[in-house]
This record gives sequence, structure tokens and C-alpha cells, in this order.
Amino acid sequence: MTPMTPTTPTTPTAPTSTSTAKISVREVRKTFALRNEEFVALDGVSLDIADNEFVTVVGPSGCGKSTLMNILAGLEEPTSGHALVDGEEVSGPGPERGVIFQQYALFPWLSVRKNIEFGLKVSGLGRRERRERAEHFIRLVGLERFADALPKMLSGGMKQRCAIARAYAVDPSILLMDEPFGALDALTRVNLQEQLLDTWSREKRTVMFITHDVDEAVFLARRVVVMAARPGRIYDVVDVDLPYPRTEEVRLSPQFAALRNRVWHSVYHQEPASGRP
Amino acid sequence: MTSSSPGLAPDLAPKPPPGPAAVAAPAPAGPGGPRRRRSRRTTLRLLNALSIVGGVGVWWLLSLNGFQFPTPPEVVAKAVELWSNGTLVEDALASLGRVLTGFLLGSLAAVPIGFLMGWYTVARGLLEPWIQFFRTIPPLALLPLVLVLLGIGELPKVFVIFLAAFLACVISTYQGVVGVDRTLIDAARVLGAKDGTIFLTVVVPASTPFILVGMRVGLGSSWATLVAAELLAAQAGLGYRMQQAQLYYDIATIFVGIVVIGVLGLVMDRLLLLAETRLTGWQERR
Repeated sequence: MTPMTPTTPTTPTAPTSTSTAKISVREVRKTFALRNEEFVALDGVSLDIADNEFVTVVGPSGCGKSTLMNILAGLEEPTSGHALVDGEEVSGPGPERGVIFQQYALFPWLSVRKNIEFGLKVSGLGRRERRERAEHFIRLVGLERFADALPKMLSGGMKQRCAIARAYAVDPSILLMDEPFGALDALTRVNLQEQLLDTWSREKRTVMFITHDVDEAVFLARRVVVMAARPGRIYDVVDVDLPYPRTEEVRLSPQFAALRNRVWHSVYHQEPASGRP
Repeated sequence: MTSSSPGLAPDLAPKPPPGPAAVAAPAPAGPGGPRRRRSRRTTLRLLNALSIVGGVGVWWLLSLNGFQFPTPPEVVAKAVELWSNGTLVEDALASLGRVLTGFLLGSLAAVPIGFLMGWYTVARGLLEPWIQFFRTIPPLALLPLVLVLLGIGELPKVFVIFLAAFLACVISTYQGVVGVDRTLIDAARVLGAKDGTIFLTVVVPASTPFILVGMRVGLGSSWATLVAAELLAAQAGLGYRMQQAQLYYDIATIFVGIVVIGVLGLVMDRLLLLAETRLTGWQERR
């Protein structure tokens, strides 16, 4: 079987025009000095994400997917090219872009409630409003019984739910998620995928979700971006025209299987970059 | 520090080896159950008590069989005598005063300087060579110089104790700051925190365990430095009393001194351990 080749690998077709794109990545290149060699983490990456769109990014390790997310989060700067949010160049992190890390990154000395309140406190919100807002998101992720527990008392799945609530609490318009379920067991992961979609359908945000799990990528997204390594680049973009809410029925449907096969091929049977041996 | 259970040596507490203690424990409950753990604990306590009684017994036997030791009752009598005539309290207070002054000032100076070194490359570059250099010198080795420069009052003794506490705590604080999990700082940044807030709300709490460990090490070395400093130059204090007793071949007083130093050191260490448990109970222990 011949591997799928994208028609235009570096400029995938955007569903919306550039002017209305929530996130717009233009010809981004990122290189690191690795001893004396130059390591190209990202090469000519361009991508548009529409408002309230759910996009997953999947690819082998070293394809630069985390670097791309860090650039959008404002934690790293591109070597060249542009990362735009709402038409404005990203410079540094900001509360309109919430980030969820694979290692949860909860503050271990703060309770679940205090963790969720952290961003609100930083923004100078009053004590009572903070309480109320935190309460709302504690309920949203179903951690009422653990609101005053320290992170060390929580399971991995609960920790990540707390991290999601913490990101949501500061009301970002964008959620950047870096393999958030990567450290969880398969059952918990499926559970959290469904809960995340449920949360997302009630509180719509623009989501860029990074994963190495093809099933997860297809199940969550409206669009799957497949990346390739050496150099890190966008290899393929697959539209997932399955309806939301994504139920178990959807997950077990032949359409889902077909899309998963397509993405699987893009991820596991990549052709080397053109112009290289 | 691996343990927080009070009353046990830290290295013993977390997992007592399944030796005679476990065998002797009458534990019908399932393995690892609370009952078994409690009975294992009781066994440990019993063995502790047995060991102390046995040790004192050996001491007693030795002193009755020609060794130059005073017998335990003689030491107790001496302690009562020193207590009732006020010397013991006076000496203990003099020593405690020096140790606490030096230790508190040392830790107080170490925490901000450790933070500076961990946070700012310039501060690290300027301070590190000096701290690394003085760290290799036992503070006592500076005592002759300090005595010449500062005279023989309280100041030189407090100063060497200060140095001992400072050096132990500053290194530990610095390592704590450098070792703060990068993702926690990123997490605070993406939630909108700026440098000052990150420092106060992330770096300080994250390095508290390190600071407290540094303080415990610093307290130990303060105490050791104090007694030695008093042996060399003092007019009061536990070390001074022991030194005087040595001149008069008064071994009972030396024994009293040793026991009091040990007990005071232990009490201060336990107090810090208690603070550590309260302040750093959030840590996940693996």
C-alpha cells in the first residue's frame, strides 16, 4: 500500500481564511545548537486554527510538536517566522492561552482549590469571586470531594482534571495541551478524553492538543495535524468529519476506523523529507 | 531527610528491616496491616529501651571493674549538685544563647543569599568561589584568626557558629532554588505570574524543604563548633565547664556535660524536624 502523501506538505489548507484564524503559524523555523550541530526542531511550519476548533497534533518523537506548542504558549521563541494569536505576534506567556502539561505541574504545596485559584489570585481577583469561580470549575471537572486535598492525595487522572480546571479558571480563549493524558493508563485515558470533550462542549475553547496516540488524536479532533521528524514539519492534515458529541458508538464506527487507519499510515509510514537521502 | 516520624532516628523510621523485630512481633493481622505496623513499632521501641538500659548496664559494670568511670548514680548525683547550685543552668543558658544567636543569624543571612545565588547568575558568579572555599574549611580552623581579630569576648564564638550555620544553609538553599521544577515555573508563567510573584509563590515554597534540611545540618554543625569553641576560650558554658573539670580530674562533671549537650542537641533537632513535617508535609514521598 502506498503511503499517503499530502498534496502540499508545508501549507495545509486552512478551513477558514487567515484573517479569521484564532491561531496562525506562519513559516515557523526553530533550531537548537546541539553540541556543534544545528538541530532543526521545526522547519517551515504553517498552520491555521479557527476559533473554537479542536485540533490534535500527532507525530513521532523529535517532530517538534512540543516545540510548536511552547512557541504558541510563549515559552519559546521561533528562530524565524511568526506565531500569531488573534492576529497579534505572540510574545511571552499570557492568561488568554492556557497550558496543560503532561507532568500536571500542580503546585504540590497547594490544595486542589488553591491550585485552581492560583491564576485568579495572580490576576488580582477578590477573595470571594475567586472562591466562586474556583468552585464552578471544581464542579465542572468533578473534584468536589477533593477540593481541599493536596495533589499528593490524588490519582494521575484527578491531578490532570485539576490542571484542566486550573487552566480553565483564568478563562483563556485557547487551551494548549501537551500530551496531557500521556502518563495515564488506557482506561483512565479513555475516560478523560470523554470528560474533556464534555467540558469542551460546555465551555468552548480553541484547543491544540498534542499526543502520540493515534486513537486519541482522531477521537478528540475536528482536524488531525500529522508531523514528521528530521526536520520537524507538518506532514499531513486529516479532517475528521465525525459528529460531536463523540460517543462510544462513534469510537467503534467504521468511519472512525477508516480515519484512524489513514492517520496511522501518515504517522508510521512517513517518507523522508524531500531533498534528503 | 526521609522520615518525619517523631522519636525515631530518621534513617530508621521509614522501613524497619524485617529482622528480629518483625519476627518477634506478635502480628496475626495481614501483612502490612495497621496492626502489624503498630506492633512492629512497639517492638522497635522496646528494643530501643532495652538497648539504652543495656548500655547503661555495661557502663555501670565497667566502672565497677576498675575503669576510671564514675558510676551512673555518681553522675546523677553530680548533675543534681550542679543543677541545685545553679552552674548547670548557667552553663546551659550560656551555650544555648551562643548557639541560637549564631545559628539564627547564620540561617537568616543564608536564606536570602542562597536565593540570590540561585536566581541571579551574577550573584552566583560572584559569591560561589568564596562559599565553596570557606565550605572546605572547618569554621573552628578560623578560630585562632577570629580570636586575634575580635578578642576573647562573645563575638568570636558567635561568629564561628554563625559561619558554621551560614555555610550549611546557604549551599542547601541555593541547591533548592536551582532545582525548582522548571514546569512549575512555566505553569505559573502561563497563568500570568511575573518574576516577583513566581519567586514568592513558587520558588520559595518549592525550596523550603531544602532550606530546612540546610538548617538542620547547620544546627548540628553550630552545636559542634560551639562546644569546641568553648573548650578553647570561654568563661562559662558547657564546653568550658568540661574543660575545667578535666583540669581537676572531675570525670562526673564531664559526663554530665556530655549528656546535657546530647540532650539539648537532640531537642533542638526534633523541634526543627517538627517544623519540617508541618511545613513540607505536601511532599510526595516515594
